[in-house]
Amino acid sequence: MKSEYEVCIGLEIHAELKTNTKVFCSCKNSFGDKPNTNVCPICIGLPGTLPILNKQAVLLAMRAGLALGSTISPVLTFDRKHYFYPDLPKAYQISQNEHPICIGGGIKLDNGKFVRFNHIHLEEDAGKLVHDPFTDETYIDYNRGGVPLIEHVTEVDLSSADEAVEFLTKLRQTLVFADVADCKMEQGGMRCDVNLSVKKKTDSKLGTKVEMKNLNSFKAVGRAIEYETNRQIEELENGGQIIQETRKWDDTKGISFAMRSKAESKDYRYMPEPDTFSIEITENDVNTVKNALPMTPQARLDKYTSEYGLSDYDAKILISEKFISDYYEECLKIYCEPKTLANWIMTDLLKILKDNSYSTLNEIISAQNLCTIIKLLDDKKISRNISKELLNLTIETKENPLEIANKNKMIETISEDKITGIVDSVLAEKPELYETYKQEPDKITNFIVGQVMKQTQGKADASFVKEYVSKKMN
Amino acid sequence: MEYCELSLKQIIDLLQNKQVTANELVTYYIRRIKNFKDKNCVLEIFNDALEIANEKDEYAKTHENLPILHGVPILLKDNICYENHRLTCASKFMENFVSPYSATVTQKLLENGAIIIGRTNMDEFAMGGSTENSAYGVAKNALDDTKVSGGSSGGSASAMALGLAAITLGSDTGGSIRQPASFNGVVGLKPTYGRVSRYGLVAFASSLDQIGPIAKTSEDAAILMNIIAGHDNNDQTSSLESVPNYTANIDKDINGKTFGVPSQILKLIKTTKYEDKYQKLFKFLTSHGATIKEVEIPDYELSLPIYYILAPAEATSNLGRFDGIKYTKRSEDAYKIDEIYNFSRTKFFGDEVKRRIMLGNFVLSSGYYDAYYAKAKRLKEMLKSEVIEAFKLCDALLLPTTFGEAFKIGEKSTDPVSMYAEDMFTIFANLTEIPSISVPFEKGENGLPLGLQIAGKHFDEKSIIGFADFIEKNYWEAK
Repeated sequence: MKSEYEVCIGLEIHAELKTNTKVFCSCKNSFGDKPNTNVCPICIGLPGTLPILNKQAVLLAMRAGLALGSTISPVLTFDRKHYFYPDLPKAYQISQNEHPICIGGGIKLDNGKFVRFNHIHLEEDAGKLVHDPFTDETYIDYNRGGVPLIEHVTEVDLSSADEAVEFLTKLRQTLVFADVADCKMEQGGMRCDVNLSVKKKTDSKLGTKVEMKNLNSFKAVGRAIEYETNRQIEELENGGQIIQETRKWDDTKGISFAMRSKAESKDYRYMPEPDTFSIEITENDVNTVKNALPMTPQARLDKYTSEYGLSDYDAKILISEKFISDYYEECLKIYCEPKTLANWIMTDLLKILKDNSYSTLNEIISAQNLCTIIKLLDDKKISRNISKELLNLTIETKENPLEIANKNKMIETISEDKITGIVDSVLAEKPELYETYKQEPDKITNFIVGQVMKQTQGKADASFVKEYVSKKMN
Repeated sequence: MEYCELSLKQIIDLLQNKQVTANELVTYYIRRIKNFKDKNCVLEIFNDALEIANEKDEYAKTHENLPILHGVPILLKDNICYENHRLTCASKFMENFVSPYSATVTQKLLENGAIIIGRTNMDEFAMGGSTENSAYGVAKNALDDTKVSGGSSGGSASAMALGLAAITLGSDTGGSIRQPASFNGVVGLKPTYGRVSRYGLVAFASSLDQIGPIAKTSEDAAILMNIIAGHDNNDQTSSLESVPNYTANIDKDINGKTFGVPSQILKLIKTTKYEDKYQKLFKFLTSHGATIKEVEIPDYELSLPIYYILAPAEATSNLGRFDGIKYTKRSEDAYKIDEIYNFSRTKFFGDEVKRRIMLGNFVLSSGYYDAYYAKAKRLKEMLKSEVIEAFKLCDALLLPTTFGEAFKIGEKSTDPVSMYAEDMFTIFANLTEIPSISVPFEKGENGLPLGLQIAGKHFDEKSIIGFADFIEKNYWEAK
C-alpha cells in the first residue's frame, strides 16, 4: 500500500441469537432442518398475522450489548424496513431504526486501539433462496425467516485487514462466551459487510465509501479488504474516481465486482412498527441481565494465569473457544489439578479435535473419563505409556476407563505375598532395623515402604506395607 | 317464522329454548341470501354451514347448558380469517386464497357455538366508503338498489339490514363499520383501539383498525361485544383492561348525563341539510334530563389530513406482502423476479388500492418522512389528548355519522377526494382510539336512514351502547 494513503473501514456484523424460538413467533430456531418445517402463519407473513415478541431474544440482545460495553436503550421499539425480495415474506423486515436496543460500546484491539460500536440493533432474519441450476428454478426456505438477529454497526475506526480480522475474532469470542450466539460463519450464523474508503493522510475528509457483501469467512473479509484497498488506491492514482456502490466479493476468484450503484440504492421507507407497543427497559431489567452475565474471555484468561498459574500462552489456547474453556472448567470441578489438566487437554485432546470432525471435547471423551485416567496416572496405578494407551481405548470405545484398565489388566496389582516377601528380605538383609525401629518407628516404616515401592515401581499398596511392618516389629 | 325480523337476542332465546333448530335457521338465512343475490352483499355462502348446523342440533339433543351463540348464524366481513375457508378481501389478488388459520374473533365466535355461514362484500382491502371498490361488484344498499351500501363494510351492513344473518362483523379503520351501518339503518360499533384482537384481521392501517359488530339493535352489539372483547396473547396491541358486561346499561335512562358536541361539529352540522333534525334530537335528550354541551377539540379539522397520511402509509406497508410470490395470484406474463412484482401488483390491485399505495410510499420515502408521517403521528397524539380533555366535561360526544343519506352508486366514485371527505365525522374516533357507535335516529330527504354517532371515553363502550339503546328505543323506534 502506498504510504501516503490510509484506509477507513466500518463493519456491519449480523449474528443470529441462540434462542429456542424465533423472535416474533413460537417456531423452532434451528439450523439444518428440512426446508419449510419450522414455519407458521406468522413467520411466513400470512395476511392478518401479528408479531409476538420473544422475550428471550430481547434478553440475549441486552446481554450482547452489556458484554460489549454498550448502554441499553431505556425504551424498546421496532420499525419496519421495507423492500421487495422473495425471501422476505411481509415485504418488510421488523428491525430497529429509531431506538436500537444497544448504543455505543466497543472492543479493544491488541495494539491498544478501541473500535467503537455506533449501535447494536435487534431484528428478524429473512428466509433463504435455493437455486436449482439444473431446472433453473428458485425455491424459498422460510425456516430462517424470523430467526432473531443482532446487527452490530461499528464506527469507521478500523484501518487495516488485520485489524478487521482481529476485531471480528474478538467480537465472535465475546458473543460466544456470553452465550448469546454460536456465530457459525459456515451456517450463516454470523455475517459481515464491510464499508471501506481510502484517503490521503493529509486529507481530513473521508473518501467515497464502497460497501462489500458476500464475505463468508474472516479470511474472506481480510482478503476483500486488501483487494478493495488496492483497487481504490490504484483507481485514484490513475486519476480516476471512486463510485459509491455495493460490490460482491468472489472468494474463489479473489476479486469483487459491482452489484449496484448509489443511484440504484434502496429507500427502505422506515416506519414505526404499529403491531408492537414500545416497552420500557428499566435499570432493574438491565442490572438483572448484567448480574447474570457469563464470564468474559478476558476474565477467564486472568483467572487461568493468576489463580491457576498457567502461562499466558496456554491460557490463551484454552480460551480460544468457549467449548474448550468450558470443558477445562468442567474437568477442574472433578479433579482440581489445573496445570496437569491443561497439559492433557492441549497436548492430547486439541490434536484429536484438529484432526477429526468433532465439534466439542465432550464428544471425544467425557470430562469424567479424562479425569479418571489422569488420576490413575497421578496415583501411579498406571504408567505414562499405559495412560496414553488407555486414553485412546476410552476414546475409541467410549467405555469407562477403569473398566477398560481392569479388563486389559493395565493396573498391575502387587500381591500381598510379594509385598511380605520384599519386606522380609529387606529385614533379613538389615537386621539392625529391628533395634532402630524401637527409637524411630516412623522413619524405619517409611524406609521400608520406600524400598517396597522401589522394587514394585510404586504399585504396592502402601497401607498394607505399613500394617505388615508394624506386625513384624511387634 | 320470519327470523329476519328478530334480534340476535330473540334468536338466541329461541335456540337456547330449543324452539328452533340450527338447521332451520341456517336453511332460512341461506335461502334469504340467495333471494337477495342481486344486492351482492354476500360473496360466498360457506358450504359446510348446514353440516355444522346439523352437528349443533345433534349436540343440543344431549346437552342442556348450550354456549351462548349456539347455532347462531353469523356473516363475517371478507377480511376476517376463518380456517380452511376462502378469504379474498374483495380483491382479485386473493381470489384463490384459503386461510389456514382463524382470527381470534372467529375462534371466539366458534367456541361460543356460532355458525359462520359466509363472507360479506367490502371495498377491496377495506379501502373505500361505498363498496364500489370491490373487485366483485358493488354491494347495494339494503333499502334502495340505486344507492351504495357504504363502506368499507357495506356488505355486512346491507346484509344485516336485509336480515341475512343474526349478526355480522365488520372492521373499521376510518368509519368502515359506522358509515355503512348509518346508510343501511342498522347499529354499528367501532370499539376502542385494542379492545378487540386484530389477530386474523387482514391489516389495512394497523394502528387504526378495529373489528366490531354490525347489528340490528344496540343490545345485540353489546351481546357480541361480551364475546369478542378482551386481551389476546396473539395481539400485542390488544388491551389488558378488564372487560365489563356490555349489556349492563341496556334499558337505562339518560337523566343527568352530559353529551358534548364539538364546536366544529356544530358548525359542520349547519353545512348538512339536517341541522333541524339534530336540534330536535338535542331537545329530546334535554327533555329526558340530559345536558347538551358545546366542547372544544381545537384541532378536530386536522383529522382528515392526518388520517390520509397515516392510513395510506400503513396500508402500503401492510400490502407489500401481496406480491405474486406466495399465496396470491401471479401474472401469467411474469417471468423475471421484477416482473412478478410489477405485473402481478399492476394487474390484480384495484385503482383505489394503488392510489393509496402510492400515497403511502410517497409519505414514507426518505426526505419526506418527517414532513408527513412523523408529523401526522405527533398530531394524532395531540388530538388524542384534546379528546381526553373534552371528556372531562361530558360523558359522551355526539356527532353525525355522515353528511347525509346513502349516495347514488357512481356518484362519487370518480372523485376520490369527495369520497375521502365522507369520512369527516368518523375518522376522528379511529385517530383518537375512542369507541364510537352509530345508531339510526332520523330519516333523510329520500326516506333513507341517518345515523347518529355517539363516541365514548377509552374503553367505555358500555356507556355509549346504553345511550344508543336509549335513542334507538325512545326516539328512532318511537317514530
